[in-house]
Amino acid sequence: MTHAETFIFIPVRTSRQGTTLNEGKLTAGYVEETSQLLMAPEDMARLGLKAGDRVRVRSPEGAVELPCAAAKPGELPPGVLLVPYGDNSSRLMGGETHGTGMPDSKGFDVTVEKV
Amino acid sequence: MAATELKGELKVVANATCTFCGCVCDDMELTVEGHAITKAKNACVLGKAWFLNHTIEERPVAIVDGRPATLEEGIERAARILAGARFPIVYGLSDTTCEAQRVAVAIADRIGGCVDTTTSVCHGPSGMAFQGVGEVTCSLGEVKNRADLVIFWGSNPAESHPRHWGRYSTMPRGTFVPNGRKDRTVVLVDVRKSKSAPAADLFLQIRPRKDFEALWALRALVKGVPLRPEDVAATGLTLEALTDLAERMKACKFGVLFFGMGLTMTRGKHLNVEAALALARDLNQYTRFYAKPMRGHGNVTGADNVVTWQTGYPFGVSLGRGYPRFNPGEFTTSDTLARQEADAALIVASDPMGNFSQPAREHLARIPYVALDPKETQTVKHAAVAFTTATYGINVAGTVYRMDDVPIPLRPAFASPYPSDLDVLRRIEARIRELQGVPAAATAGAGH
Repeated sequence: MTHAETFIFIPVRTSRQGTTLNEGKLTAGYVEETSQLLMAPEDMARLGLKAGDRVRVRSPEGAVELPCAAAKPGELPPGVLLVPYGDNSSRLMGGETHGTGMPDSKGFDVTVEKV
Repeated sequence: MAATELKGELKVVANATCTFCGCVCDDMELTVEGHAITKAKNACVLGKAWFLNHTIEERPVAIVDGRPATLEEGIERAARILAGARFPIVYGLSDTTCEAQRVAVAIADRIGGCVDTTTSVCHGPSGMAFQGVGEVTCSLGEVKNRADLVIFWGSNPAESHPRHWGRYSTMPRGTFVPNGRKDRTVVLVDVRKSKSAPAADLFLQIRPRKDFEALWALRALVKGVPLRPEDVAATGLTLEALTDLAERMKACKFGVLFFGMGLTMTRGKHLNVEAALALARDLNQYTRFYAKPMRGHGNVTGADNVVTWQTGYPFGVSLGRGYPRFNPGEFTTSDTLARQEADAALIVASDPMGNFSQPAREHLARIPYVALDPKETQTVKHAAVAFTTATYGINVAGTVYRMDDVPIPLRPAFASPYPSDLDVLRRIEARIRELQGVPAAATAGAGH
């Protein structure tokens, strides 16, 4: 990748995030699960990424570096990133709630570049 | 009713209540050995993790400025932080009992602070939409007994509410759906093929940020407004697919639209939910149709109920002028923190340091705050005063509300040496009253 591309970022719940949360939010299992970035295989191929490559995900608020993994074919539309929500997704969330109390927590724009 | 049975060294608690998610399943059979639950029969994977991982941890009952302290020292410091603040906020409350939530509201009242719950970053937008449009509602029991069309929109129950289908919404045989799943059509609308998709009869893959448009198009189709394919092209769904769904909705006997964070957390927020609620309302011209939020935590619905009884509003309330004012965006915690307005906080049963926006977390780290939690979290680690409390539903009795506003009692499994949230909050409230020179409440912690 020579430049950063824009993606739609969607933090989600997962089973493993829910179970490890109970073990403790500071445990290795929870930290690992909430650091796992999922990308459509077409996007990974196009950007020259393989599973485990680290990418820098940047929003106006900040940046995180996460290992990426390919979603199953057809699971995720191209241009969309998924991560189990936690500290990493929070780092990218801005404070603006547009008068609702709810920050833009899902479906916001980020840029992605290979580290 | 709870029944305990001694089996040698073991105790079995029947009909215990799981409070991990908003399903609040109360058919748990817990095997207790000493201070641990070793088996949780009927629990889903999330419930099992909840029960088996909440044991008695070796932690100080109070931590003041990073050092272990006695409960009394913690209470004193907590009361002084809160009573001395100019813009204190009370936040969280979704993972504790209604009885404790009531005292948290009383504390906010005493100190003239804001009271807000995790609702504001979950289904707060739904609460705003309920006020704007109205809620066509029913209980989960009615869904079980009557629903023949069940739609999940922006929700992934397979991972967030694993027993919802089996216990309430798609599988059970009901009075008017005697063949269970075979009598029901299940529809999933989401931006991706989640783990819930294989269980649905119909999966509609919508484009991100186009939920409002799709719901509004469904409203039009239900009302017989003619649409062209290009009117709906932006949603990623075809006019045929939307027309088919609209017709199914009109033709069903009892339809339910369960909606989740896909609507509340994306652009549009309360307007996305207003569209869903308006659609449900419109469909009642033709049939019985309902829209229900998929509430996430065990007692977030209880928090809405308690804060509403006490203040008239469900979340985002300021008591700073001595009477309740409601204004999402002004008194909600994401905002009072991100705009650096709060100068102290009481955080109960929640983890804003983990889950809030970056500017909100940065400000929270700068102000003195009090945290109550059974486990160590980032919120606990950065608190000026942290209390280790007993876990509701496992150690502590009380009342919680299921996602459909049904109150359910907790049936604890084993006692804890730690105080409950209710104990700690009552003591903080009492000390604040002393510091303010105000008489003690007639019944400490009872609704004022």
